[in-house]
Amino acid sequence: MTVSATKTTTTAKLLPSPLNAWFVAGWDHEITAKGILARTVAGRPLALYRSQDGRAVALADACWHRLAPLSQGKLVGRDEIQCPYHGLRYNAAGRCTSMPAQETLNPSATVPSFPVVERHRYVWVWLGDPTKADPSLVPDMHQLDSPEWAGDGETIHAPCNYQLVLDNLMDLTHEEFVHSSSIGQEELSESEFEVTHDETSVTVTRWMHNIDAPPFWRKNMRDKFPGFEGKVDRWQIIHYYFPSTICIDVGVAEAGTGAPEGDRSRGVNGYVMNTITPETERSCHYFWAFMRNYRLESQLITTQLRDGVHGVFGEDEAMLLAQQEAIDANPDYEFYNLNIDMGGMWVRRLLERALEAEGRLAALPTA
Amino acid sequence: MADSHNIAWRRAVVDSVADVAENIRRIVLRPERPCSVRPGEHVDVRTSVGGEKQVRSYSVVDAAEDGTHLALSVFRTPTSRGGSVFMHSLRPGQLLEITQPMQNFPLRIGAPSYVLLAGGIGITAIAGMAALLHRLGADYRLVYVARSREAMAYLDDLAALHGDRLEVHVDAEGTSLDVRTLVGSVPGGAELYMCGPIRLMDAVRRAWVERELDPTNLRYETFGNSGWYEAEPFTVRIPRLGVETCVGSDESVLDALERAGVDMMSDCRKGECGLCQVKVLELSGRIDHRDVFYSDRQKEPNTRMCCCVSRAVAAGPGTVPVPGSAVLTIDVP
Ligand code: FES
Ligand code: FES
Ligand SMILES: [Fe+2]
Repeated sequence: MTVSATKTTTTAKLLPSPLNAWFVAGWDHEITAKGILARTVAGRPLALYRSQDGRAVALADACWHRLAPLSQGKLVGRDEIQCPYHGLRYNAAGRCTSMPAQETLNPSATVPSFPVVERHRYVWVWLGDPTKADPSLVPDMHQLDSPEWAGDGETIHAPCNYQLVLDNLMDLTHEEFVHSSSIGQEELSESEFEVTHDETSVTVTRWMHNIDAPPFWRKNMRDKFPGFEGKVDRWQIIHYYFPSTICIDVGVAEAGTGAPEGDRSRGVNGYVMNTITPETERSCHYFWAFMRNYRLESQLITTQLRDGVHGVFGEDEAMLLAQQEAIDANPDYEFYNLNIDMGGMWVRRLLERALEAEGRLAALPTA
Repeated sequence: MADSHNIAWRRAVVDSVADVAENIRRIVLRPERPCSVRPGEHVDVRTSVGGEKQVRSYSVVDAAEDGTHLALSVFRTPTSRGGSVFMHSLRPGQLLEITQPMQNFPLRIGAPSYVLLAGGIGITAIAGMAALLHRLGADYRLVYVARSREAMAYLDDLAALHGDRLEVHVDAEGTSLDVRTLVGSVPGGAELYMCGPIRLMDAVRRAWVERELDPTNLRYETFGNSGWYEAEPFTVRIPRLGVETCVGSDESVLDALERAGVDMMSDCRKGECGLCQVKVLELSGRIDHRDVFYSDRQKEPNTRMCCCVSRAVAAGPGTVPVPGSAVLTIDVP
């Protein structure tokens, strides 16, 4: 059960989530002043809404009195939520403002109100120590709301532990087998890759030189360069940011035009923006978007790309579910690691260190 | 954050004891398992009073970052022979049973500004909040009031840490706090956290309401341990049940009735929930309402009381009161 402070590597298949971290609670448009959104983040049910002045609010979704879900109540006044059961009201700070059945307010009557930051089209919430909730720790996802990029995305309610999605995105050799009709090709598994990391991020870089573009990328090249034919240089640069954001710089360029050296002008570039929010130990909210930096004006391309990626991620979802079910069905079998897991293993180490710092790693069932 | 009601008892060793002011002793404990402490948290301690185990709550004044040590400071009430005497008798090495730190008085992070008000031993709950606000670089004022400087624990440490943000009022030096001036100077949106004697807290509450400040920005913890009058013994009677017993100065009506075998209902035992309410049928003396459950309008007719904290005293208009002579006749649900 003892864990060394410097070199944690557990073979735990599934990790709990750190709490001293920002997680996406929802897209900005999902959280409104008209109704209350119930959503569970890292095992904690939340009631999410906006005050009349537009600020997003995240309260624990359990009334102080009898734990009735506040999300089934209604919004009243400037920033208050009224419990559906006996009508206790709470403001955005989570403080009770009205107890209909008595003339005074019990000074203990509060529900937790969690720090919230709105950034990059998302509402982020911090469930851990509020004194550590520094907004500058929100991962950089600027492509989502930068005028130099266009695109859109969706949410997948993934039926698996969030760690499995991180593993999936950190090792894209699975594309050859899971996404064979769209983005998969043999060169993915065959090409070399490079991994770097620091305290809060991990980067996996893979280049495939002078190859045929798979169908998805041939279509994108032709959107920008009508009638394009020929070989391409393809890249995948996976950026992981603590705790669970993965932005993947992807694209192809006409072979030999200097893309590996930095000139991407003869190519198309996309960013797959993924941020994964643990829900329960066996489920997560997987927010994604596909952003591009060419033909920004074309809603047609935005829609086509969103639908195309939707199809690709549907293939991942089916595999993640199958994997989670197999993990549950084989509790005594361990994972074995391969060289291709290098990126995912660094992610695990950063998460384990964070859990250890929160005193929550030792709580894991270890062999 | 709401308190967890899953109370987990654990052992702790007394690490050191030291007098830090007149009748105030600092007791540093080493819990068997390290536990992190947030400002405003308290621990319950199993004390032994007259050979009987009783539970008392004490705010954690400060704690080691790694959770290995935590400090309480206990004021020894001159008239009481209760838990504080036991706590003052502790010696290093002694074993004690305590709970995990529990939160009834959470400091909210993110208010535009703060006023922290400590009266006397109330500093134990407030000092940790002030230290955290200092560390976070928040906009805060720390107001510390007491009868005399000798009665003020941690004064030098606080002055060193908080500099100009600390404001001291000492009755004996003629610099008593003017509550209206204080509340009048609170900026809109500021949160005021207070802990101290009920008279002080009540005066602040009245001034707060008068100024029509947001009532939810006034934060306090009620241990229900101080009243308008000195606690004195009195008699309580329940004619319907044929019960009559004496309520000692160191126990509540609720304790006394439970001891006498009356089936009582209660929960918070600090004057907040109203579950322990009893009907007052007859009264010789007056009621010292120490709860925050009833509004002033409800307290005034003296027809009901929260028997976990409120008491009877012999003070009566126009007579010379004989302490201990009050008689409270009640009915219970
Ligand atoms: S459960 Fe919410 S008011 Fe009773
Ligand atoms: S038990 Fe809650 S007010 Fe007395
Ligand atoms: Fe995939």
